[in-house]
Amino acid sequence: MSVRIQHGDFDIGAEVARLAGGRTDLGAIVTFTGRVRAENDGAPLMSMTLEHYPGMTERELTRVEDEAAKRWPLQASLIVHRVGTLKPGDNIVLVITASAHRGDAFASAEFLMDYLKTHAPFWKNEVGPDGQVRWVEARDSDDRAAARWTGPPR
Amino acid sequence: MSIKILYFAWLREKIGKAEETADLPAGVDTVADVITWLRERGPEYKDAFARPGVVRAAVDQVHVQPAASIGKAREIAFFPPVTGG
Repeated sequence: MSVRIQHGDFDIGAEVARLAGGRTDLGAIVTFTGRVRAENDGAPLMSMTLEHYPGMTERELTRVEDEAAKRWPLQASLIVHRVGTLKPGDNIVLVITASAHRGDAFASAEFLMDYLKTHAPFWKNEVGPDGQVRWVEARDSDDRAAARWTGPPR
Repeated sequence: MSIKILYFAWLREKIGKAEETADLPAGVDTVADVITWLRERGPEYKDAFARPGVVRAAVDQVHVQPAASIGKAREIAFFPPVTGG
């Protein structure tokens, strides 16, 4: 279980190898990668800058990971989130979950992403083709996705 | 009592600073009280907190509701709804 905030890119293969290296108990590994799209809500995007709340971000991500580990028999997990200026096609976030069986790995990866999107203190600032800048607004659909997981675990 | 106040995203832009240290007057006990108090500090604060419903808060790096007590907290942060991932 670990979380990391970084400016630089991540290598999905290398992260999986590090997490799983030498272990024979991980029957299922799920990776999710979030990437920058070239448009958002119909508006073209040249770049985006991700800001965060150092300290709280790590605490929130760790809390969400702990919560996932309570709900599913997770053997290992990793969250890597980038900050700074990113361009379309760049990686933003990596979630890896590992469990004995795929159902727990899939479900916990989805849970981690849903909670990360609604709880972790990151904010996106987008730059359009004419240089106009806008703060991305939170989506109701993300709140609804996170609300699926309230109530008794599993 | 002295407390660090942090602002993020468009709140930081509207207020024109990322953080400040303030002495909260007596009677300012909750997050909502702090917002009410800040709004009187100048037009930039009034503008930033014009729609208190869209501003989120954390006390000592934990998400809280407006009714949450400040207590002996060292740090309070204000920010828009989060948009990571």
